[in-house]
Amino acid sequence: MKVGFFLREALRSMGRNAVPSFAAMASVLVTVLVLGVFIPVVQATTGAANDVRNRVLVNVYLKTSAKQPDVQRVRQLLTSRVAHVGKLQYVSKEQAYAEQKRRFPDAYQLLGSNPLPDTFRVTPDKPDNALKLRDALSPSTPGGGRTTIDPAIDSVRNSKDDTQKILVATKVVKLTTGLLAVLLVVASILLVSNTIRLSMFSRRREVEVMKLVGATDWFIRWPFVIEGVVLGALGGALAILLLLVGKIALLDPLTAQFSLLAAPNTIHFGMLVAVLLAAAVGVSAAGSGLSLRRFLRV
Amino acid sequence: MAATEADIQALEAAAGLSASRPGDPANVIEFRAVTKRYEGGDTGVEDISFCVRRGEFVFLVGSTGSGKSTLMRLLIKELEPTKGHLHVAGRDLAQIDRKKVPYYRRNVGVVFQDFKLLPNRTVHDNVAYALQVTGSSRKEIRAKVPDILRLTGLSTKLHNFPDQLSGGEQQRVSVARAFVNHPPLLLADEPTGNLDPETSIGIMQLLYRINRTGTTVIVATHDSHMVDRMRRRVIELRKGRIIRDEATGRYAPRDLSTAEFGALMREPAPEPRRVREPFDDFDDAFRD
Repeated sequence: MKVGFFLREALRSMGRNAVPSFAAMASVLVTVLVLGVFIPVVQATTGAANDVRNRVLVNVYLKTSAKQPDVQRVRQLLTSRVAHVGKLQYVSKEQAYAEQKRRFPDAYQLLGSNPLPDTFRVTPDKPDNALKLRDALSPSTPGGGRTTIDPAIDSVRNSKDDTQKILVATKVVKLTTGLLAVLLVVASILLVSNTIRLSMFSRRREVEVMKLVGATDWFIRWPFVIEGVVLGALGGALAILLLLVGKIALLDPLTAQFSLLAAPNTIHFGMLVAVLLAAAVGVSAAGSGLSLRRFLRV
Repeated sequence: MAATEADIQALEAAAGLSASRPGDPANVIEFRAVTKRYEGGDTGVEDISFCVRRGEFVFLVGSTGSGKSTLMRLLIKELEPTKGHLHVAGRDLAQIDRKKVPYYRRNVGVVFQDFKLLPNRTVHDNVAYALQVTGSSRKEIRAKVPDILRLTGLSTKLHNFPDQLSGGEQQRVSVARAFVNHPPLLLADEPTGNLDPETSIGIMQLLYRINRTGTTVIVATHDSHMVDRMRRRVIELRKGRIIRDEATGRYAPRDLSTAEFGALMREPAPEPRRVREPFDDFDDAFRD
């Protein structure tokens, strides 16, 4: 009996306050829509940034005179004694020659012999450790030059400029998207709570009268909370419908052509729907319940 | 209807004795040296002490800002007294914690000057809300609401919204809502403040009828003419203090019918008698 009464009260007040109810629903709708677009975008961007960062390498060039035992020794050194080593790839001079020849056939036509050294391509355990790894492998001398930790190593390079650029750029991208996400969430919460407060404010006299007639706080609050749940669910569902339409009409045809859009580590659509709907319902229900507190102090 | 000065004094002495004995179980309301100061330093009421017995009809009069509304708001525990104690039906209001206030308020009917009806509910639903709040069943509501609306003469307006009613009718709805739970105490804060004299008499007749069922009724008003005509107990406030407590209820016959009561209301008023102040002598000297 009670639940039915509260439900009827909630529906009645939504019907009677159609305009504020619509405004609250619309603000939930817009917020969910923006969040629904933004969450995958942030994920795709950070995914792409991480992808780029993972390409940061440290090349260890051996002397051209290095023999098989030297190669073995350096491999040993890299796998067991140097920190921050992630993956290790050995490219022999023959492999390097073949690779380069494929890329620049004309230039290599002119060469008689193979000028390329054996190379270890070392991927650091974390992209940020690339420079540390380089320093470990070839510490700088007081004179300003660099030595190597093994006589067989000719030089250690990681095309310093590129690495630093990649690291800085990806960091900026990640920070910006993170900041935008935070701002967006704050803006959505403010928007929804403001709309709710406004509609509460227009009904504060009603709440006051209810208190004076002897209604308990929860007796007054339940219809408002139910109203919040219904409006939040309605706004959220509509926004998700729009997102679905957008996904089917715009995104799906494009994913075939752009690998970025099909980034495998973005949130699953079903999961996204669940998260958004829960957030919409939760925020609007809690919002209506909490913003009523001020008016209940009669 | 005329009463001699001696009669009045004798009656008043008797009434005063019985009405102001503190701790008497027959007292519905007991103010014991109650003071209310607002945060800004304004004084609402100062050192108020009086008792109201069960079934009494009491007027609180005084100009705006004299503390009538403060008294009313203290009585529904919208405000807490700064000093002193306030008992209603033998219970100290300070002992009722915040959570229990709604349950206390169900035992006090309140009527306001601005009606305070729920604007998006029909007359029926407005009155029914007071019952729904107490968890009454639909059956009870169906039985009680039409009854009380018939008593207040609103049977034909059941499905109208408040903004489709005249001021008098809205106030009747408000009275119906206040009385539908049959509370032992009914407070009316300026119930006729927004109404014309004839409509006001109608509302006062309604309150009188409710009083005759045994409910204690307290009416705050600034309409001293109406008060003087009704010949009930009058408590006059000025600047937060009681300056007159005239227990004249005894010399108006108690078992007046509502129609007789209405006629009484339309009669010219007897002269009110206040506690004499120095300026009164001055006024008398120049009266022609």
